[in-house]
Amino acid sequence: MSVFAISALKVAAALGLMLANGVIMIYMLRKVLGHLHIRLGPMHVGWKGTLQTVMDVLKLLTKEDITPRAVDRWLFRLAPAVVFVPSLMAYAALPFSDTWRVTDLDTGLLYTFTALSLVPIGILMAGWASANKWSLLGGMRAAAQQIAYEVPLLLSVLPIVMLVGSTNLGTIVEAQQGTLLGVVPRWFIMNPLFWPTFLIFVVAALVETNQTPFDLSEGESEIVAGFATEYSAMKFGLLFLSEFSNQFIVSALGVTLFFGGWTLPWLPHSWYAAVPILGPAIFITKTYLGIFIMMWIRGTFPRVRIDQVMQLGWQRLIPVSLVWIVFSGIVIKVWS
Amino acid sequence: MTDTVSGVAFLALSFATIGGAVMMLATRNVVHAAFWLLEVMLATAGIYLLLSAEFLALVQVLVYAGSVAVLLLFTIMLTLRRREDAVRDFEPGWGSVVIVALFGGSLLFAIQRFGAQMRPGTMPETVPDVAAFGETLFTQWAVPFEIASLVLLVALVGAVWWSGGDGS
Repeated sequence: MSVFAISALKVAAALGLMLANGVIMIYMLRKVLGHLHIRLGPMHVGWKGTLQTVMDVLKLLTKEDITPRAVDRWLFRLAPAVVFVPSLMAYAALPFSDTWRVTDLDTGLLYTFTALSLVPIGILMAGWASANKWSLLGGMRAAAQQIAYEVPLLLSVLPIVMLVGSTNLGTIVEAQQGTLLGVVPRWFIMNPLFWPTFLIFVVAALVETNQTPFDLSEGESEIVAGFATEYSAMKFGLLFLSEFSNQFIVSALGVTLFFGGWTLPWLPHSWYAAVPILGPAIFITKTYLGIFIMMWIRGTFPRVRIDQVMQLGWQRLIPVSLVWIVFSGIVIKVWS
Repeated sequence: MTDTVSGVAFLALSFATIGGAVMMLATRNVVHAAFWLLEVMLATAGIYLLLSAEFLALVQVLVYAGSVAVLLLFTIMLTLRRREDAVRDFEPGWGSVVIVALFGGSLLFAIQRFGAQMRPGTMPETVPDVAAFGETLFTQWAVPFEIASLVLLVALVGAVWWSGGDGS
């Protein structure tokens, strides 16, 4: 097969995964939030409501696509695509196993952060183009949050890069294989040096993906639905889909960096080669566990205020992560 | 075949860069201009990628498109009182004519004077990985790197001082 056909198939596979994630995660969110609220969630369409989100997608596809008269037409149409494309791009560097990945990038970690950093541009575009003050406020909040937290997010993972000596996500996974004392996995989360790193990563990642308690850009109690207020039908669907997709990517990144990626330390290495689906299955299971925890947070914590978010980012997380880089640099140097 | 492919990609990216720059100047809407600037930055990153400068391309997107352009848009949207203010009239002054003439003249002069000395570079056989890049940057180029960061630090402190800080 030619290079182009293979690339096209890989992109199609990533797109398929993204769409499937969207459908599954929305169902999961409704069920998880439902049970956290002590109610059942969707129950009627399909067994236990499993077909509910499939039907919702069909509904979104067939709904009338309304373009309000005052909007900035070009930007209004472009914005969902600008939100969607980086979100799809971010799948490229994720290592689902040592052979299952779209591309094996030397700068995989940086690439994924770069792709995620483009999402708020689309949100800002949507907010501006909608010609609606709630939308504009939502878009500006998203941009402010993103600028504030991109720095700590990148800085927080630097200790791991320093220890591994590579930004290739596959190499980072390989560095976490094996066990301590035969039982404890050698995942980076087990290393006390990376506990502050993990905390900063989780907070910054939740902000970057607009997850509750930091979903100020669409705080429905204050600004209707934020940047998505004027969108309808599949344009709204795309904005929504990429939000869920980003959640998946951040969770997958967390799994790769801290929880051993596609490996389980107790399984012999030959199993992964014998059953090629094993690595991806472990990876996706771990990622969905991470997503479950994010939904749990969503169902538990109230939304914070915008000034609190800004203060936490600029005045706490950036200095803390800088200090931690210096500290862990010294520790890694002395240790090795 | 790869030559053809990169040739097509190069043409497309050059068109996107130059066309985006022209559109940025031609549009009368400041918000649109900022988005065109963003497009130029992304297309430039694509050209870096064609030159196998993966790290540079990513940093270009992350810093310029992901942060500088967002900051720019943010500032524009914050300072616009009304939405209609985004559209400005075309008001060329003599000052801009002089600046354009000076810039064009010096560019022409530079090309005439030094153009012959510039030779097209050759691509290396293999591209060094990020680790090698980092090593070169922090050993061979450590002093320029530190000077650059000092300049940025001064700019940062200056910006904080300028904006008044806590008013003291």
